[in-house]
Amino acid sequence: MATKMAITLHVNGTEHEVRVEPRRTLSDALRTDCGLTGTNVGCEHGVCGACTVLMDGVPVRSCLIFAVQAQGHELRTVEGLASDGALHPLQQAFIDNHALQCGFCTSGFLMLSAGTLEQQPDIDDEALREVLSSNLCRCTGYQNILRAVRQVRDAGKEAAR
Amino acid sequence: MKAGSFEWHPARSADEAVALLAEYAPQDGRVIAGGQSLVPSMALRLAFPAHLIDINGVEEFSRVRVEAGELVVGACVRHAAFHQPVEPGPLGRLLSRVVHDIAHWPIRQRGTFCGSLANADPASEWCLVAATLGARMVARSVRGTRVIEAADWFHGIMTTALADDELLAEVRIPLLPTGSRAGFYEFSRRAGDYALAMALVAWRDDGGRMREGRIGTGSIEVQPRRIATAEALLDGRPASAEAFAEAAAAVSAAVDPLEDFHTSAGYRRDLIGTAVRRAFEQAGD
Amino acid sequence: MSAHGPSSLKPGERHNGDANPRRRFVGQSVTRLEDPPLVTGRGTYVGNLNFPHQLHMRVVRSTWAHAIIRSIDVSAALAHPGCRGVWTGADVADIPPITFRPTSVKGLEPYRQYILARDRVRYVGEPIAVVFAEDPYVAEDLADLVTMDAEPLPVILSADAPPGEFAPGLSTEAVVMRKAFGDIEAALRDACKVVEVDVRVGRHSGVPMENRGALARIDHSRDVLECYGQGKRPHAHRDAVAALIGRSPASMHFYEGHIGGGFGVRGEIYPEDVLTCLAAQRFDRPVKWVEDRRENLLACNHSREQHHVVRGAFDRDGRLLGIDAKLWHDQGAYVRTHGARVPDMAMGTLIGTYHVPAYRTVGYIRMTHKTPAATYRSPGRFESTYACERLMDAAAEAFGLSRIEIRRRNLIPKDAYPYARAMDILDHPVELDSGDFAGLLDKALVHMGWEQMQAEVAARRAGGECVGLGMGFFMEKSGLGPVDGAKVTVDTRGKVQVITGASSIGQGVETVMAQIAADALGVEYRDVKVIHGRTDLLEYGIGSHASRATVMTGGATRMAALNVRRKALEFAARHMVEAPVELLDIVEGQVVRVDRPGEPGIPLGKVAAALAPSPETVAFGNPGLTAEGWFETAGMTHPYGIHTALVKVDPETGQVKVERFHVAYDIGCAINPMLVEGQIVGGVAQGLGGALYEEFVYDERGEPLSVTFADYLMPTIGEMPTVDVLLTEDAPSPNNALGMKGAGEAGITGVGAAIAAAIDDAIGIPNAITRLPVTPQRLKALLQEQRAGRT
Repeated sequence: MATKMAITLHVNGTEHEVRVEPRRTLSDALRTDCGLTGTNVGCEHGVCGACTVLMDGVPVRSCLIFAVQAQGHELRTVEGLASDGALHPLQQAFIDNHALQCGFCTSGFLMLSAGTLEQQPDIDDEALREVLSSNLCRCTGYQNILRAVRQVRDAGKEAAR
Repeated sequence: MKAGSFEWHPARSADEAVALLAEYAPQDGRVIAGGQSLVPSMALRLAFPAHLIDINGVEEFSRVRVEAGELVVGACVRHAAFHQPVEPGPLGRLLSRVVHDIAHWPIRQRGTFCGSLANADPASEWCLVAATLGARMVARSVRGTRVIEAADWFHGIMTTALADDELLAEVRIPLLPTGSRAGFYEFSRRAGDYALAMALVAWRDDGGRMREGRIGTGSIEVQPRRIATAEALLDGRPASAEAFAEAAAAVSAAVDPLEDFHTSAGYRRDLIGTAVRRAFEQAGD
Repeated sequence: MSAHGPSSLKPGERHNGDANPRRRFVGQSVTRLEDPPLVTGRGTYVGNLNFPHQLHMRVVRSTWAHAIIRSIDVSAALAHPGCRGVWTGADVADIPPITFRPTSVKGLEPYRQYILARDRVRYVGEPIAVVFAEDPYVAEDLADLVTMDAEPLPVILSADAPPGEFAPGLSTEAVVMRKAFGDIEAALRDACKVVEVDVRVGRHSGVPMENRGALARIDHSRDVLECYGQGKRPHAHRDAVAALIGRSPASMHFYEGHIGGGFGVRGEIYPEDVLTCLAAQRFDRPVKWVEDRRENLLACNHSREQHHVVRGAFDRDGRLLGIDAKLWHDQGAYVRTHGARVPDMAMGTLIGTYHVPAYRTVGYIRMTHKTPAATYRSPGRFESTYACERLMDAAAEAFGLSRIEIRRRNLIPKDAYPYARAMDILDHPVELDSGDFAGLLDKALVHMGWEQMQAEVAARRAGGECVGLGMGFFMEKSGLGPVDGAKVTVDTRGKVQVITGASSIGQGVETVMAQIAADALGVEYRDVKVIHGRTDLLEYGIGSHASRATVMTGGATRMAALNVRRKALEFAARHMVEAPVELLDIVEGQVVRVDRPGEPGIPLGKVAAALAPSPETVAFGNPGLTAEGWFETAGMTHPYGIHTALVKVDPETGQVKVERFHVAYDIGCAINPMLVEGQIVGGVAQGLGGALYEEFVYDERGEPLSVTFADYLMPTIGEMPTVDVLLTEDAPSPNNALGMKGAGEAGITGVGAAIAAAIDDAIGIPNAITRLPVTPQRLKALLQEQRAGRT
């Protein structure tokens, strides 16, 4: 076993001082050491996207980053989406459009979508499908996920007008 | 699916990175950049590095620039950097098309161009680009810096000319001259999957005739390569369906396809012909 | 969006005298009660749960497909400082093999699996040892240190191959099953044409996004062994695991929490579940096991792989005189969890929606050296529907009839329901409860614009595109009975709790039960909290499987809510309002007088408070505003539907793109159409995977090649067509008060059939597709064969 390292993770505006082996993935550190179990782990080899979080605003697979590598970066997880008790528009849209069933992939889709819409508020449908093809869902058939994200995108465009 | 133990050594400069590599390479140490291929193989316990030299914090590696007619891609430039053309010419536009076939959006935010070259997966899009366009790989170590031509870089499946203590510091790709046309096509089972066949073609348009034609294949053999017999068919000919089809047939005839349980050599041979023809058909300037 | 016809449904009320059921929430697409915790990262999936001082268990798995175990060396693992224990088969020699759900099919017991392999291993992935550590990373290190020395044996990798030896003196052909009615020999003899198809379905599985897991501990305050993460059938499995590890059922409880997808494979009794509970008991420490994805693809139940040879005897008009069918079922290495249920259902449902006077079917259930197989969403029916519909397409070709016309001529007529078949499925006599298939077909053709689609396809073909249409007709079965119970309680704030024996695997059980309870009781559905998957709160429960939750648990929930309602009204009439009970009603959570509209009512919470234990309430009957309800179904329900696919083939690569998909489905009564549509679209995605992408492939040594998500290809949004759903309620089930039928499997059953037919149509080769999934390489080979044949 390698020596544990003391690191600080900045997650959703909170500093978490944790001690981890270098091999601990960011997803495991978030879940086990920070107690933030909203980030689910579906494959641990970077394909399913359930563990997607935002690192400096960009969606990344937290199972493919070691926790020690995340020091000094701003991390956001599903637990940080809602603010002041109000759901993030994507969270509400996922509920309204029945964009989740078992919910296991949902955190990943929410973070993928949140990061994407923040970077590209005007993203067109084709590009949005390309982005959403990054993550796997086994329940919904994706139709309602796409519908939910488009609804939030369109509302954002409307508001910006 | 958890990686085995390793020691982690973050480098803050290129010099520090090569120094760490010199120290740890003999002890199963290796470089981690984006880690989007390395970490899964560690998770599956197919790779057991004892030391990881992390170059994500090396500022100078994150730059992409044009210098002396070449696009210079630093060791830690992410795939995502290419979503928008990194230079205004045909090469920048070509790369911005190719990047969409590389894995998925979040993977592209983290994985790196040079990492793909160092990993040398036969199905890597960037390896195909490097092989077809004649990129030069700049390897650094405490022993010095050397430049490796694309033709000498690939040594079979996931093997390169890079020595254990060397770091791929940058890749230099010659810019495509004005008037170039280039096309890329890959065939995969699903969006974002590894290609079963892919082709990159480029030529200079000389008043309607093709000059300096390049045809590269990927995901077909143990490494990407240009097909000289097919390229020879292009010179001086108009860019026509007939020329494309002949070139495609020549490629199919020339390759020695990999075979696996899912994909026969014959099917791959067939696919690469289609991929070459479609790369031509979809070529843009 | 789906179209929902006006709800003309007035099923005859037969229970509790509630002759005019209210439909305030039932039938409405209300949003789910399940969602708020799931979108905010507060899920209670078992991987999210931890107890102090817990151990992590890791399974060491066979890398041999078939071998005699010479020795297992655990010394290196034991020497590791982080090791807290290692077990091999010898350490659990007292634990009997894992039981399965029995049917009348005999002879399967010798093929059961021990929780750790004993003398032989029979598939790559079979548990051979377990290791325990304080940390999951260390547990994985330990597992790598365990090595096995073995003597390889020949492998059998196909149910078509000649049977071999499972164990000394025991054949790999576990059983041969038969079903028959009518005179099939006469049918074959009298037929104008006998049409035969020989078709195969590949090896797929449910592959939920959450891997399996279990967390067990002993709660010493109650001396109860608790196990978290157990979905699907918590009660039955609690009883079974308790028996295996020698506890009394009352000293053991299963809790499911959130489950990341079920699809038939999650929540069965696997070796790992037993091992986790056993370890918690032996170590007297909490023990957590969470598999990784590779293990999930290696060791969670596989399904589907069957070879069907189906012969249809048709008269001169293309009407079926009989069907003679054989199947070879690849059971994998062991019989676990379901016995022979999958082939039983495949054999029982193969004739689907058609009137078949004579039927004979034989099923060869054979063991192979692959991961054990059991149910996956629409078990047996995805396969048999595909086989039967391939037959109907072949018959259309043979008779020169349209693919719709040949089906029309053979559909069970509307007035023939209830329609009995002289055979059993899962020991239940077959009686199709209600249906109007031709009516659904007419509506579906109009809804999807069939003629327009055909014209569009013709025009695109003329333009050089390789496009085609195909259909799959199917009959589902749902609402497996016979009995389910629920308990409904109103608290003093008027909030309602429904305790059910159902299991929530992501399908929306809580919302659906709340809608049913709310209407029966007269409250807002958001005031209803639904508890599921807890063996400590309800004595019995049959979980969620076979599309049964809505029908059975819904029926029980409604009975219990009606009982509470009656209790509230009778108590209020006697003690709180001076009015006869006939003049009282519950509206929006208040007991009101129907003859005095506008007058303030009594909140149900007050009635509940008044019903607190007291001499008065004991005298009234029993205290508390609570009641149980039991629902007994008269028989299974049989929803039915039509899948239609529009595909485009790339003839150069063999790639198939499904461009559009239509589902027409008669559900009898949709409690929540939005959720039904969600079930259907999700099912289509899985069916698409099985038709085109997903397959567990083995090499010739039995080495599994589909062990990551880069190899087992599930559809992404990039592969999904637009799915259009037409829900109808034209054939409510007479077997329950609301007319409900199940929804869980409607999306997947006909997908393989429809896509296969559409590809045939696109490439212009009748009966071309005989094997699923249709991979690009296989399709390309077909096209090349055709070209070679022509020249």
